[in-house]
Amino acid sequence: MDAVVLPGGFSYGDYLRCGAIARFAPVMETVVEAARGGMPVLGICNGFQILCEAHLLPGALTRNQHLHFRNRDQVLRIETTGTAWTNTFQSGQEVLVPVKNGEGCYVADAATLDRLEAEGRVVARYVGGNPNGSQRDIAAITNEAGNVVGIMPHPEHAVEALTGPSLDGLGFFTSVLKHLVGAPA
Amino acid sequence: MGARPVAVMDPLRFGAADHPDTARVLPGVVAGVGGYGNCLGLPNIGGEVVFDPCYQGNPLVNALCLGVLPVDRLQKKEAAGPGNVVVLMGARTGRDGIGGVSVLASATFDEGSEQRRPSVQVGDPFMEKLLIEACLELYDAELVVGIQDLGGAGLTCALTETAASAGTGMRVWLERVPLREASMEPHEILASESQERMLLVVAPDKLEAVLKTAEKWGVWATAIGEVTAPSPDGQPGRLVITWRDQLVVDVPPGSLVDDGPVYARPMREPADLILLQADRAETLPRPSTPEALRETVLRMIASPNLADKTWVTEQYDRYVLGNTVLAQPEDSGVIRIDERSGLGVALSLDGNGRYARLDPYQGTKLALAEAYRNVAVTGAKPIAVTNCLNFGSPEDPAVMWQFAEAVRGLADGCLELGIPVTGGNVSFYNQTGAAAIHPTPVVGVLGVLDDVAERVPMGFVPRPAGDHDQLFLLGETHVELSGSEWAWVTHEHLGGIPPQVDLARERQLAELLAEAARVGHLSSAHDLSDGGLAQGLVESSLRRGVGARVALPEHFAGGSMPFVFLFSESAGRVLVSVPRGHEKAFTALCAERSVPWEFIGVTDPAGDALEVHGQFRIGLDELRAAHGATLPRLFGGAEAPQVEVAATRTGTTTVLPATAERPVGVDPAQVAAEPIAEAAPDVAPEAGRSAPAEAQATPAGQPEATSAGQPETEDAPAGETRAAREPDDTSGDSTSPTTGPAAGGPDQR
Repeated sequence: MDAVVLPGGFSYGDYLRCGAIARFAPVMETVVEAARGGMPVLGICNGFQILCEAHLLPGALTRNQHLHFRNRDQVLRIETTGTAWTNTFQSGQEVLVPVKNGEGCYVADAATLDRLEAEGRVVARYVGGNPNGSQRDIAAITNEAGNVVGIMPHPEHAVEALTGPSLDGLGFFTSVLKHLVGAPA
Repeated sequence: MGARPVAVMDPLRFGAADHPDTARVLPGVVAGVGGYGNCLGLPNIGGEVVFDPCYQGNPLVNALCLGVLPVDRLQKKEAAGPGNVVVLMGARTGRDGIGGVSVLASATFDEGSEQRRPSVQVGDPFMEKLLIEACLELYDAELVVGIQDLGGAGLTCALTETAASAGTGMRVWLERVPLREASMEPHEILASESQERMLLVVAPDKLEAVLKTAEKWGVWATAIGEVTAPSPDGQPGRLVITWRDQLVVDVPPGSLVDDGPVYARPMREPADLILLQADRAETLPRPSTPEALRETVLRMIASPNLADKTWVTEQYDRYVLGNTVLAQPEDSGVIRIDERSGLGVALSLDGNGRYARLDPYQGTKLALAEAYRNVAVTGAKPIAVTNCLNFGSPEDPAVMWQFAEAVRGLADGCLELGIPVTGGNVSFYNQTGAAAIHPTPVVGVLGVLDDVAERVPMGFVPRPAGDHDQLFLLGETHVELSGSEWAWVTHEHLGGIPPQVDLARERQLAELLAEAARVGHLSSAHDLSDGGLAQGLVESSLRRGVGARVALPEHFAGGSMPFVFLFSESAGRVLVSVPRGHEKAFTALCAERSVPWEFIGVTDPAGDALEVHGQFRIGLDELRAAHGATLPRLFGGAEAPQVEVAATRTGTTTVLPATAERPVGVDPAQVAAEPIAEAAPDVAPEAGRSAPAEAQATPAGQPEATSAGQPETEDAPAGETRAAREPDDTSGDSTSPTTGPAAGGPDQR
């Protein structure tokens, strides 16, 4: 196995706290170990929540500030291209990707946020409206090594003109191919 | 049935949008629909949100689920094969939902309704997801003989229906049913409507495999009985249920299923109907100046029923499963079924309670026609119909008459269109005190697209500089304002006769659209219904931020005729945009298919405005603000309308700055006239009309006296008809909302 994507969804119904149960799923032991060993791991939406619960990423995802589930096509600005999942984007590039979550409000203490910013670990920010109240408009972050990325919006829904608002999401997946085998984007 | 669910839709009805109780009920209903569907992982691809005071005490929550199955995996409900094991699978049985069908869905709300709260079931979408996956695995492994979901009347209904349909009997040990509360009485176990349960009939040698599959998915599965043989004399078997060795039930199953009483309820046309029909909206004062028309457009698109429903629909996941090709606010939801061939389906739901109140027979046909047309505008071929018939108490002869008329309308309509009704649901007793809801038949139509890449969306298409599409109005516009959104919004008027419906023409129109879509004549197509052409133009413009310039046909030029052109709700009409170079072939196709057409203008990708020549010009930003602000204002979370999506969908990824509207002083004639004339050199605007419009503006049987378009006074006895549509606000406040046919199962059989 070369890379892992933890997809979105409602793991175990998410009746407790999003990802709080899934974090204890047996497979997560292997995922955590592999991630610490440098394997690329992408957590999308619920996957991002699970990565935070598993302490592979700092901070937490809480209920949207307006308290509603929200599904819309969202503009993001790619802030960091130094990760396994964003290396084919341009820094500052704006992409259009669907966002759809009820608990996507990213929070962390000020010191953690400052550190994420200082170390260039904010991977993407919401542009043109923050859909869930995330602190500092954060949509995606990475770990220190840049192999683990958590993103709230859904790049997998922007990979085909027929079913998505753009093809911008493809970049996340071509990035990991480039990272793994040096394949051109 | 054996199908994998792939999409859901939900037609919703609420009381007046500005009523305090609506602000309490709507957010909860929307969160409930979203919470269950999103968690289950099913895209919500469409539906309706309709406000009317008649639903104040009885909001309607209908739901439709689309599933896909290989035909040879169809599962039946027969409990065949004596000796086979009866297995209850899914959630444990609790005290929730006891008497749900009989207490909640089959009684009129009154003062004591508060006590019925325990009758509402508690849903668990994650359990449902596990149950669905477990069932699909059982089907694939061919482990079940028969299967039935537990809906209304719980085990009672499932046990009797499965046995009766096979002619067998059943022996059930009720104490084996896994319970949430150990103290439940036998009759409670039998009547519980706890959700997320299935009844399976399994051959004894497959039982272990079935239990293992259930264990794998983490759902309960318990053998609670066995199928017994019919009696030797050829009579069906008996359903025998014991509880701790006490006999609690011993009946022929058919006695509960097939031998139910057949009602011949008295029915009588509502006493007020004749007066209501005489109080025609065509006699109301109409706007007749450009300023008044401009104001009317902005007021109408901001009215709750016509306003942007994003506040509701963005709480639903429309993307999950990755096969959603079109979703709300498009006319139909379109789902891809086969990724290789592109095979897909289009699905739409429609119903207009006001039309049905004025004429339940025509109103139901109109609902059918609109859903059919909504499917057809995507280019799909309509093939099947489903429905949810929401009515007041059938014990009221007037309601029973409305119901009978609606059923007759649906049956006749489907016969005329040549498509079958494959299922449906009836929800009675939507009544608070003496006030019944408007008869509300909601009709769903399913269509097939051989390749979803050919689907036609509703929004005007952005074009490179200088290019544009041509706008055609298909069908005929008559002076039909009775029951319209305009009459309700601006005059609080409901009266007259709803628009005429001609299903043979709808069929021709659908065939034309399918052919035109297939050969690429259509950039966009949008059904015209509530709010008429004005609403259609605004929606098509705002979808992707592409404006339009429209010229009024000559016969709609004088007095209030521009208003009629823009706001009449005549059926059988579609607004299409056609790429340049295709107009000749397209209009030839229209002529060949005998579909009336009219060239009415051009899209204006560079203009950022909707302009009606000689009448008004409204910037897209102003339209968007008016259209988008209503629901956030009513239900909270008011934010700046989301402009970036419209902008980015045109291909750029920058946020559109708010563009200032062009000065109103510009003569629209200069802006509009020339490009329109230039755009269609080969098309004679009158070519598609079979007869002069002045003559056609008067539908048969509706004498019309508005050629000058001057306001006329109401000549009908308004006082009496007003009383008829007045909602029962006081009693509405104290009741809980009812959900009609909820996702879990039908509430009436």
